[in-house]
Amino acid sequence: MRPIIEAQNLSKRYRIGAVRPPYQTLRESLTNAVRIPFRRRGTGSPPRHETIWALKEVGFDVRRGEAVGIIGRNGAGKSTLLKVLSRITEPTSGRAKIYGRVGSLLEVGTGFHHELTGRENIFLNGAIIGMKRAEIQRKFDEIVAFSEVEKFIDTPVKWYSSGMYLRLAFSVAAHFEPEILIIDEILAVGDARFQGKCLNKMQDVGQQGRTVLFVSHNTSAITRLCPRAICLDHGRIVGDGPSSQVVSAYLSAGLGTTAERVWPDPTAAPGDHAVRLSAVRVLTEAGDVTGALDIRMPVGLELEYEVLEPGHVLVPNYQVFNEDGVHVFSVRESDPNWDGRVRPTGRYVSTAWLPGNFLSEGTFLVGAAISTMNPVIVHCLERDAVAFQVIDSIDGDSARGDYGGPMPGVVRPKLRWTTRQITERPVLATVGAGEIAR
Amino acid sequence: MITPASEAISLKPDPTERPRYLPNDELPDEPLVIIQPSNLWQFFSLREIWAYRELLYFLTWRDFKVRYKQTFFGVAWVILQPVLWTVIFTVFLGSLVRVPTGGVPYPLLVYSGLLPWIFFSSAILGSAQSLVGNANLITKVYFPRVLTPAAFVAGRLVDFAISCSILALLIVYYRLVLNYPIPLSWNLAALPLMVILLVLLALAFGILASCLNVKYRDVGVALPVLMQLWMFISPVVYPAGLVPEKWRMLYCLNPLVGVIQGFRAAVLNETFPLFALGISAVFTIVLLGGAAFIFRQTEKTFADNI
Repeated sequence: MRPIIEAQNLSKRYRIGAVRPPYQTLRESLTNAVRIPFRRRGTGSPPRHETIWALKEVGFDVRRGEAVGIIGRNGAGKSTLLKVLSRITEPTSGRAKIYGRVGSLLEVGTGFHHELTGRENIFLNGAIIGMKRAEIQRKFDEIVAFSEVEKFIDTPVKWYSSGMYLRLAFSVAAHFEPEILIIDEILAVGDARFQGKCLNKMQDVGQQGRTVLFVSHNTSAITRLCPRAICLDHGRIVGDGPSSQVVSAYLSAGLGTTAERVWPDPTAAPGDHAVRLSAVRVLTEAGDVTGALDIRMPVGLELEYEVLEPGHVLVPNYQVFNEDGVHVFSVRESDPNWDGRVRPTGRYVSTAWLPGNFLSEGTFLVGAAISTMNPVIVHCLERDAVAFQVIDSIDGDSARGDYGGPMPGVVRPKLRWTTRQITERPVLATVGAGEIAR
Repeated sequence: MITPASEAISLKPDPTERPRYLPNDELPDEPLVIIQPSNLWQFFSLREIWAYRELLYFLTWRDFKVRYKQTFFGVAWVILQPVLWTVIFTVFLGSLVRVPTGGVPYPLLVYSGLLPWIFFSSAILGSAQSLVGNANLITKVYFPRVLTPAAFVAGRLVDFAISCSILALLIVYYRLVLNYPIPLSWNLAALPLMVILLVLLALAFGILASCLNVKYRDVGVALPVLMQLWMFISPVVYPAGLVPEKWRMLYCLNPLVGVIQGFRAAVLNETFPLFALGISAVFTIVLLGGAAFIFRQTEKTFADNI
């Protein structure tokens, strides 16, 4: 049987330049051209140390109706693979033959415009992701009903709450029915109930013969949704098979996001001309790197970075997600010594301390960023930079007490409770026995 | 007391239970898409652009809609802009400086020059920012990238059409009220050709500016200045006939001279500047080809560079 996607030797090379913006000014190009008059620029193979293979000889077949999960740690090439298959970027070599209409959802609400109404955005976003106008018209009522924002459909989306906005965006995506659907992490937003609704909707369509490629950090979602998984590491396929096997091999090989990320090569580190990340670590109170922490103990999130350009007011910040993709909280540096102060060049360490008895048990993924506020410039952003696990043992003095059952919620604070006895006589005791019987 | 973990994400039956593979009899024999590094000599696939015509429509519609959505006068700006310029130029150049117009009323001359000019300059200035401004689309979805500058040009074409109606009113006013003789002639039949030439020329420059601006952000900064200069070396606020004969050849190398004079000739029943029009047409074709080639070359790295 012929597969619907045939990928052979797909490779993608990126040039990672020195510390400079990805675009050039005309002057730089001109001076370079003058300096190197006899060498053609931009063609031929650039020096080896300047390039990185985001994908290296990746080959696989996907059959019609198959749902394939793609896992791998950050920088393993998952997103690059999706971008190549979605034709957003071209491979450097290799080829893929695709025998069906491809739709990619690398984010929800692509092209949404704040000034336009919900109705207008449904049509615009639908057209952008590749739906035909007639198709959108046919599904319009269904999309609106699904999004639960009927009342505001003719209101500009800038007046929507973020929840409504996401629900509308998701609804368009969930009604998108190409033969091959490529999804990147989009389920990592929105509220849990609505996520479930979307997953169900997408599965419905999956059962009608839709082929799905799904990238996620949520390994449990992958095993639930996709019978088959492909694991990437350093741009190569290191596992391909039944998802339960691939996922467990991936987890045990420590390929998942870990408690420490270090970028030894500053040119390859996330950042720009102003600042570069050097390391992100999860620390215990004693300063040891650890991936598993007791729920009662504080957690230190350490960010090590180099300021390359003076004159910026830099604000390190974190985005913390749980394993279901719920954005638990965001936090920005609030060290009074540095508040609003420009940071001279040098190497810095900023640590945020999360108190004990704060997060719930489970796995948390930390995105690390350094920004300038007002106006906001994100100098670097590393999603899922580190991860750690919070463990709640039943020792009796955490918020769980001696209760051993499931305790839902993204946070598990230990609150101050007050209880007092108002009177020794319960109200019931004053009511006659006959009345109780009635 | 504590409820068990909520069934928030209640999934349908285990996906492993459904049949692994579906029959693929319906699969086409030839792949719909082959993804591979593109070769050097690949131009736009017109068939693909045609397949994406609905997206072109929606991008154009979005551009037009968003542009005037929050403004007080709304779409009236489309008309106000050339009308206000016409008033200013009529007062200063027409009445004070008294630019010789060869008998044509100055407001007609300047309005019929400003229409193509405003379309041309705003289409190019907008196109130049179109790829950079749509970075969120380009890094997330595939579509023929040339649609972004094309949608911008198309959006300005809507403006152009609206402000053309004022020109028609102006001509009617001069004919009926002021009895200025502008006969309806076969010249008007050439108007669509002039507009097509104007659009193609704007498209060629727009495509070029948009892809250059991805790599060199200087383009977006330098263009507004260049456009202002360009306006004065084009017959916008004065007739081309004002340029001395010995400089005429050199002057006509500016591709806008033929286009604007041609437009004016069509609506005001003047003689067509055939030589200048020929230069404009050749220039447009060559530039369109060159711009398409450069765009194709840089297109593959847009998503990595933006």
